[in-house]
Amino acid sequence: MQEAVKQKAIELLESGKADRVLGWKAGEFFYDLTPAVFTSKEEIEKDFVFSVFSGANLSKYLIKESRKGGKVAAFLKPCDTYSFNQLIKEHRIWKDNVYIVGVACDGMCDIEKIRNAGNKGILSVERDGETLKIDTLYGASTMPRAEALAERCLCCKSRKLVAYDEKLGEDGEVNPDSGRFDKVAELEAMTPDERFEFWRGELSKCIRCNACRDVCPACSCEKCVFDNPNSGVAQKAAVNSFEENLYHIIRAFHVAGRCTDCGECSRVCPQNIPLHLLNRKFIKDINELYGEYQSGADTETKPPLTNFTKEDCEPSIVHERGGKQG
Amino acid sequence: MKKIACVRISELFGAIAGREKLYIPADFRGQAQFLPYQESMELTKSLNTARSAKDLFFPQTENLVGFQVKGKEITVEETRDPGEPFVIFGVRACDARSFEILDRVFLADPVDTFYQTRREHGTVVTMSCSHPEETCFCTAFGIDPSEPGGDVSCWIAGEELYLNANTEKGEALLSGLDLLEDADPAALEHTKAAAKAIADKLPLGKLDLTGFDGEHMLELFNRPEWAKLSESCLGCGTCTFVCPTCQCYDIKDFDTGHGVRRFRCWDSCMYSDFTQMSAGQPRVTQVERFRQRFMHKLVYFPSNNEGIYGCVGCGRCLSRCPISMNIVKVAKTLGEGTK
Repeated sequence: MQEAVKQKAIELLESGKADRVLGWKAGEFFYDLTPAVFTSKEEIEKDFVFSVFSGANLSKYLIKESRKGGKVAAFLKPCDTYSFNQLIKEHRIWKDNVYIVGVACDGMCDIEKIRNAGNKGILSVERDGETLKIDTLYGASTMPRAEALAERCLCCKSRKLVAYDEKLGEDGEVNPDSGRFDKVAELEAMTPDERFEFWRGELSKCIRCNACRDVCPACSCEKCVFDNPNSGVAQKAAVNSFEENLYHIIRAFHVAGRCTDCGECSRVCPQNIPLHLLNRKFIKDINELYGEYQSGADTETKPPLTNFTKEDCEPSIVHERGGKQG
Repeated sequence: MKKIACVRISELFGAIAGREKLYIPADFRGQAQFLPYQESMELTKSLNTARSAKDLFFPQTENLVGFQVKGKEITVEETRDPGEPFVIFGVRACDARSFEILDRVFLADPVDTFYQTRREHGTVVTMSCSHPEETCFCTAFGIDPSEPGGDVSCWIAGEELYLNANTEKGEALLSGLDLLEDADPAALEHTKAAAKAIADKLPLGKLDLTGFDGEHMLELFNRPEWAKLSESCLGCGTCTFVCPTCQCYDIKDFDTGHGVRRFRCWDSCMYSDFTQMSAGQPRVTQVERFRQRFMHKLVYFPSNNEGIYGCVGCGRCLSRCPISMNIVKVAKTLGEGTK
């Protein structure tokens, strides 16, 4: 796929279909790719990488890139296309200036998982079918690719590309049995005290770096309330132990019904807080209370939380249940 | 030099914790961090903590002063944490060096008494690195991970932990620990040589910083590459908050309803309201904010501090940045033009 993606990027520039190409740029190692805009064949040949470490979702960059004039081409994986659709629905991306190449994906690897499997000083990782060949400062080893897959890929909701002008590779289907709500169900089955304990413990690690918000395609406010000194709630750090909890809860509410479950929040968290579980709780509740809904699946359907139908459940039911128990 | 069998390390921790507060790098919910020692707590297997050791001397949030308002009367309240003597065990050479950098900021006139109190109370016990990660590049800053410094340095050789006091504070700590035996420093030769050999092989360990100095300040400041380097920066504060040498803070007032609690908290040059003044934010876009961080570490700090860089090569920003942009990539990109 790496070569096909690269050739496509060069072709788009040379044919004039795009003035710029948004992709992933090689780093010091094989895994530390940086989202980047490419404007020449030479740059692409030298540094453009599509690999199992191209996890970064490029959709959000299109908010700015699509406003710069000229045409920008972007390579999006299936989950990224959901974020793209959602941003189109929210009128955040100027679609006429964007050309989307959908890229089929069978899962991205998480370097932390490879490290946690006992590999220190990792110098390179090569994919050989379903095996990863790892070279380190302390010798070589191998591990199954499946064990290095990111959590969000292990319970991938859909391998279907839902938005593209053209696609590379054969994409897959929506997977209704992804198991992505299993951990949420586990949390729901806890007593309120246990659940409170779980979240207080996780959120106590928060350093308020705002990476989860800054990477989130659903967080596209021009000025976040938490960055606005005039809002009265802007804080750079916890003034008491509840502050960081408040931040995450407000954020989860704000993206409810708009979060596509791309998983970027948990990928970027430097403290490994499972933030995606907050969003999945909202998605699960919406599915159960208002009917199955996947934001970003298309650009037309009205989101349940900003729509009214006679079939909507009564507020009292929402209040009592808050999603199926156990 | 002293030693103790590694299997007795919890006895050692118990003995220290019996005298003063002890922090060790341990795992909490999948992350290594410095935690107050409790019985049966184990050292992490991670090379380093997710957050740096600076937290113990310069915490993310701390109270400065309080004000109580009653009618028209305002009383000033002392809210300063008086602190207590403590030992921080298992600090790596990179973090140990970071304290010297923070000292240059906080202990220079006017002295930051909050930081000073913690430095005076703290005894730093360092640990040599035998298995550095590929993201480590402390050697680029002249740090020897096999001679980690601090008040006491430790090494693990075979099944034994060796401890050597480097300062009076370190002597005081070790002299009170009866369970330690005398040891021969020669026993460490092999361990240190092995650590040096692996440090020599670090892929980023020979990062060339030629030209990053005060003389090239304006030239570096005006380099066009900043725009490209910063183009996908999210503007989050991850790099600054995991950094052992980032020292910027903001002072804020918390309205308690019947007064004010004034506190300080870490700030990040990546944030849109960093050093905001009545005239506005001097660094209007992310390009300028991004540039500030690296100019500070690689140019401004050394030009004010006898050439000492504001980076210790711990590699935390390399492994934590959401978009994998970091000081190494910046130095290599700009370094091309400074030779």
